Amino acid sequence: MTTAPLDKPMQIGKAQLSHTAVFWIGFCVILAVLIVAPLVLPEFWRRFLTESLIWGLLAMSSDLLIGYAGMVSFGHSAFFGLGMYGAAAALTVITPPNLWLAIIFGLVGSGVAALFVAYFSTRLRDIYFAITTLIFSQIFYVIIFTWTEVTGGENGLIFDRPRLSIPFVYNVRFTSTTLHWFVLAVVAGSYLFLRRVTRSPFGMVLQSIRENEPRTLAIGYSVARYKMVAVMLSGLFAGLAGVLYAVQNEFAAPNFVFFLTSGETVIYNVIGGIGTLVGPIVGAGFFQLARELLSRLFGDQFPYLIPLGIVFIAMIIFLPQGILGFARRWLNR
Amino acid sequence: MGTVANFLHAIPLDLIIIQTINGVVTGMILALIASGLTLIFGIMDVVNFAHGELFMLGAYVGVIIVAVTGSFWLGLIASALIVGVFGAALQIVTLRPLIGRDPLNTILATFGISLVLQNYALWQFGPVSRKIPDPMSSSFTLFYLQYPWYRIVIALLSAAIIGGLYLFLKYSKFGIWIRATAQDRVMAQAMGIPVPLVYTGVFAIGSAMAAASGVLFAPTTGVDHTMGLDWVLKAFIVVVVGGMGNLGGSILAAIFISLLESYAAIWLDPSQAVIVSFVALILTLLFRPTGLFVATPK
Repeated sequence: MTTAPLDKPMQIGKAQLSHTAVFWIGFCVILAVLIVAPLVLPEFWRRFLTESLIWGLLAMSSDLLIGYAGMVSFGHSAFFGLGMYGAAAALTVITPPNLWLAIIFGLVGSGVAALFVAYFSTRLRDIYFAITTLIFSQIFYVIIFTWTEVTGGENGLIFDRPRLSIPFVYNVRFTSTTLHWFVLAVVAGSYLFLRRVTRSPFGMVLQSIRENEPRTLAIGYSVARYKMVAVMLSGLFAGLAGVLYAVQNEFAAPNFVFFLTSGETVIYNVIGGIGTLVGPIVGAGFFQLARELLSRLFGDQFPYLIPLGIVFIAMIIFLPQGILGFARRWLNR
Repeated sequence: MGTVANFLHAIPLDLIIIQTINGVVTGMILALIASGLTLIFGIMDVVNFAHGELFMLGAYVGVIIVAVTGSFWLGLIASALIVGVFGAALQIVTLRPLIGRDPLNTILATFGISLVLQNYALWQFGPVSRKIPDPMSSSFTLFYLQYPWYRIVIALLSAAIIGGLYLFLKYSKFGIWIRATAQDRVMAQAMGIPVPLVYTGVFAIGSAMAAASGVLFAPTTGVDHTMGLDWVLKAFIVVVVGGMGNLGGSILAAIFISLLESYAAIWLDPSQAVIVSFVALILTLLFRPTGLFVATPK
């Protein structure tokens, strides 16, 4: 009788320890695999993996809104695109091209876009939010597409890749392997940061907005302000993905600001599992892999979005939790 | 006084009249699309992302039927019927399992449908735009232009279809079912109204209207696989500006937005004139978030 109350907290302590331990061991193993991967993969698949990670970062940024705050954004292409064009501005105007300036410019660009979108669209909820984010992203698309003198219009901008530099310490050219490691570091860091955010009091308020917005307001939280910060945070990480994409591919094109990019971001989320942060990365990888395999099997002209769209619809009907949905509670514990 | 007179003189009156007519004509097509969209939303709580693709599909079916039979009017009616039946099938397969779930699920599902349809059209018909020949070649003189009568006919036909929809909703048995379901789904079901059938019917009607507007619009420009997105975006703006689910508001907003864009096109490049309707949307969201033509709820 006397031992029971003593045993209980110990067991809980043990269970918590093992959960954290399993999480971090899993994290390190996956990270290690991704670190080693470029050393063994051929050039094409190395680039492919880097690019999938970048799309994963974009999808993860949108998961903060979709999965945690319950706001489906159809406008993430605007943040991604502004990040891309911000980086392009830094890399074309300033010589020699500087990686860190590109990141700063990209974040400023996507931050301004996110502020604009957040201010107007957080007045609305649910589907209205989705529609207005979509329309706002098209505003940026039209501006970028038609303002040829600055953005290069339909042709976009081409620039050189910056060197990987830490001032006074380190300055080398990017190879596809070091670029992969750099992208991996950014994506892993973003994941840890966003995971911390979703488990913070701020993240808890976002989840309570998702579950019951009027009640959250009634408790006394300034829902509008929380939503705005969430959209801006999400926009900044989407912009970061845009910068990485620009650095990897050495161009910025209006296609990426087009609504299709936003749509694919939502697809990554639904396929991978919303509200898990890693799920969208898995979804992005799955999507890119399926696309690559389909175009290898049936040729370049094959409309890969037909089978993938059908898979997407089927998943919404039969498996709305996504591939990693079963692990959602565990990952957020 | 002199400056005012100069300013008034600088406004190209003939251009304004021409653009007013253009704006009303595109506004009526837009109203036809948006009223289908707002009908589906008002009754089913479904934001139909695939509406633009149904519009495009209708135009393509019209292209095929006009090419085979040579009759534009047969193409218009057959395309509306075919796409209407297709829409009903689409609703049964993809949207019926989602009844009762969060409306966000339906926006995702219809987005998936729009991707599939758009890529199917690209795959089947290729990127080159097709054309339906003008069903009537006569025109009248408007200042220095030969303005085709067909455009006036489009506006009148669209108005007739919308009027028909209104009468259908008001007086027919199915229309009364639809309105009863819109008011209270559970109560309607308790009274013996087959609500799932009403949903399918509403989606079919919305699809048929989108297809009809696609065929009507096709002769004025070409038909290609991307035409749906432009129009569905405009229709979304119209539906938000006019107030979601509000049929009268959508029609007024459609004409309002089209007129704004036409006037803007006098001074701006047409591709930039879209920004004017974006600005209208932003202002609406700022000052009248429930829509321009609805009383703001207290």
